[in-house]
Amino acid sequence: MPLIDRTGWAVTDPWVEVETLEELPDGQAAILPAEVFQEHRHALDGRNAALGVRLPNDQPVDEIAPDLHRLDAVVLEFPAFKDGRAYSQARLLRQRHGYTGEIRATGDVLQDQAIFLVRCGFDRFEVDAHTAERWQAALRRISVVYQPGRDDSTPAPWRRHARRAAE
Amino acid sequence: MASKAKGPKAVTANRLSDGVVVYLTPDDRWAETPDQADWAEAPEDQEALLTRAQAFAGTTVVAPYLFQVIPQADGTPRPSHMKEVMRANGPSVRPDLGKQAELAHPGTGEER
Amino acid sequence: MYRYDEFDQALVNDRVEQFREQVNRRLSGELTEDQFKPLRLMNGVYLQLHAYMLRVAIPYGTLSANQLRTLADVARRYDKGYGHFTTRQNIQFNWPALKDIPDLLSELAQVEMHAIQTSGNCIRNVTADQYAGVAAGEVEDPRVYAEIIRQWSTLHPEFSFLPRKFKVAVTGCREDRAAVAVHDVGLRMTRDDAGEPGFEVLVGGGQGRTPVIAKTIRNFLPKRHLLSYLEAVLRVYNQLGRRDNAFKARIKILVNSVGADEFARMVEEEWQAMPDQELDLPDGELERIQAYFAPPAYHDLPDDPPAYAAWRRHDPEFARWVQANVAAHKQPGYAIVNVSLKPHGGAPGDATAEEMEAVAELADRFALGEIRVTHEQNLTLPDVRQEDLYELWQALAHHGLATANVGLISDIIACPGLDYCSLANARSIPVAQRIQERFADLDRQHDIGELKVKISGCINACGHHHVGHIGILGVDKKGQEFYQLTIGGSADETASLGEIVGKGFAYDEVVDAVETLVDAYLEHRARGEAFLDTYRRVGAEPFREKLYAAD
Repeated sequence: MPLIDRTGWAVTDPWVEVETLEELPDGQAAILPAEVFQEHRHALDGRNAALGVRLPNDQPVDEIAPDLHRLDAVVLEFPAFKDGRAYSQARLLRQRHGYTGEIRATGDVLQDQAIFLVRCGFDRFEVDAHTAERWQAALRRISVVYQPGRDDSTPAPWRRHARRAAE
Repeated sequence: MASKAKGPKAVTANRLSDGVVVYLTPDDRWAETPDQADWAEAPEDQEALLTRAQAFAGTTVVAPYLFQVIPQADGTPRPSHMKEVMRANGPSVRPDLGKQAELAHPGTGEER
Repeated sequence: MYRYDEFDQALVNDRVEQFREQVNRRLSGELTEDQFKPLRLMNGVYLQLHAYMLRVAIPYGTLSANQLRTLADVARRYDKGYGHFTTRQNIQFNWPALKDIPDLLSELAQVEMHAIQTSGNCIRNVTADQYAGVAAGEVEDPRVYAEIIRQWSTLHPEFSFLPRKFKVAVTGCREDRAAVAVHDVGLRMTRDDAGEPGFEVLVGGGQGRTPVIAKTIRNFLPKRHLLSYLEAVLRVYNQLGRRDNAFKARIKILVNSVGADEFARMVEEEWQAMPDQELDLPDGELERIQAYFAPPAYHDLPDDPPAYAAWRRHDPEFARWVQANVAAHKQPGYAIVNVSLKPHGGAPGDATAEEMEAVAELADRFALGEIRVTHEQNLTLPDVRQEDLYELWQALAHHGLATANVGLISDIIACPGLDYCSLANARSIPVAQRIQERFADLDRQHDIGELKVKISGCINACGHHHVGHIGILGVDKKGQEFYQLTIGGSADETASLGEIVGKGFAYDEVVDAVETLVDAYLEHRARGEAFLDTYRRVGAEPFREKLYAAD
């Protein structure tokens, strides 16, 4: 599936995803299931390439919080697009834990979620080609937001008062 | 649930564009009255009927399903469960609205 | 009332166009129904028995006359000439075509109306006391905070795909006309020891299959923390609410399963971890919104002017209407007028386009252009001069909108039921009509006094039967309509869930059964005691005995 960035541009995927420690490729950026990473975290110390984890959407981000400084990517899941748990996970990673690595959305991801995903702090998206094509237009669809987010839109309450202050 | 019950069944759905209740006919049209509906008794024939209907679930109708009917003397089916009778007629509390009104006064239905 | 600025307007306009695209993608087949369904629900579009149904938001039940006129126009041009006011202060149209809905929404957007988040697993319309701003004893007008919550919850990036729907209600008084105790989050305005206004926060109330009275998880929350605290509640729910079973997915199930104290602790922990002031509104924003809800420039008028008293003396019908439908206003010389949408033989809560236009015109003439929708499916004109009441009553009567039954047995709350709703098991509207017919004599109704009958056509309880003084639940018993009765429910500040009386009744028997319950009440009531009070004093047994005496 194509991988796109926040603006909808296709990007090459430097990561490979594996299920077990044994499959971990030498010298290449790799993503492991969070559970496997936690079990073998010490064995992975000093690994010669970037490491990421895939965190199921029913696991609290607190479980990987102590190790975030070592993780360059976190993959979060949408088993169905109606299942919105990963939005909270992403937001907590960014806001609560100050995570600055890649947060990737995988699973049932539609263009209709683009704005929500970006504003919760996701910056990579595994989507089908059709969705990738429509992503940018979808992001521009709603020009006003009411809440602070991880994108660069200013929430309406602040825009209105900035405007007044300028008058 | 009606679909688990035995006996003759037909297929109904709502039209995608305007939500009007429709029934699958033997020649794969979607008619607005149940007397035109195709119906079947044997479970495998009913499954085939539903499969034919589901081919239209993309752009013609929404969520087709099987429902119980009682074949009349002339062979045409009539809905038996109160919910399907309601869908075929319109709200019982507004006899001036829905299909029951259109049947009573043809031509007064709105253009859609 | 609140008026959109350019930002509010842009958001609503953009959402209409986004929805138009979503509809087009569905009509072309690009989106399957499974993909489209959550998206259409997030914009209030249901598929019901006969047609699509569109639920338009009426934020905290407040409407301008112009908005009501537009709803009438929409009813006429896109629907079959009427709408239905709901138990969450919204309006429903039963017959719009999907392909027309984007244009319909576009027209609503021009009068600052929308259907955003009136369905779906997101934060729904925030409801409030229909007497907000005009009732005595209010800490503050709760609609200020309902509007703040409305904005914060609109297209919230984190909370648009919750385990299930999320309903919030706010009341500014101790008297609870907003049913906060049966909401996912209920907010009761209150004051701390220093007299500072804030909120008591209740969580986990609800009806449906598992009715629950909400629990207080925070006795006092300062106003400035309202949004951050709500964010903490929603985050805990979003992560931990069940997603495996739609019937076990509301927050009430989560609160019950961990216990209210533990739930409160989880919220507190999440809240404390949030960056301070992140969700505080910028300076001036609260004042900006409060200004929209400032009291109008009332005139200095004498209370109970002689002409008003004289009309009541000389016109017994007017007097009866005043007694049932007119409530005390906090400003001397003014009154709150309830417009009954429960004419005998009508569908409870329905209004024709003509009726809507009549109410709009009367609101302009007599009520400063504002109308409220109540969760009991009536309308309220909040600011009417007592000296105008007689003329207003005559005008309402002319349009069939003056049935003097507010709060009485024929003021029935009923869901649309099997006549309209694909979830229903039994009809509710004809049961309501037959009860009205049985008790048609208004003198008899006034003698019986306050008696709130609430009817739901299925276990989803949209008719709020669990909190009816008499509750009626329609079920399907082997293909026949059957009705279970409960008594003793209440949605006010003494909230309680009704108790099942015993075995149910067939469609032909249920009205007799209701009459028997009323007779039992009349036999046992102490002087001046309403039905609910008699039940609370004597319990269910006297009612059961009479109801099942023949068995």
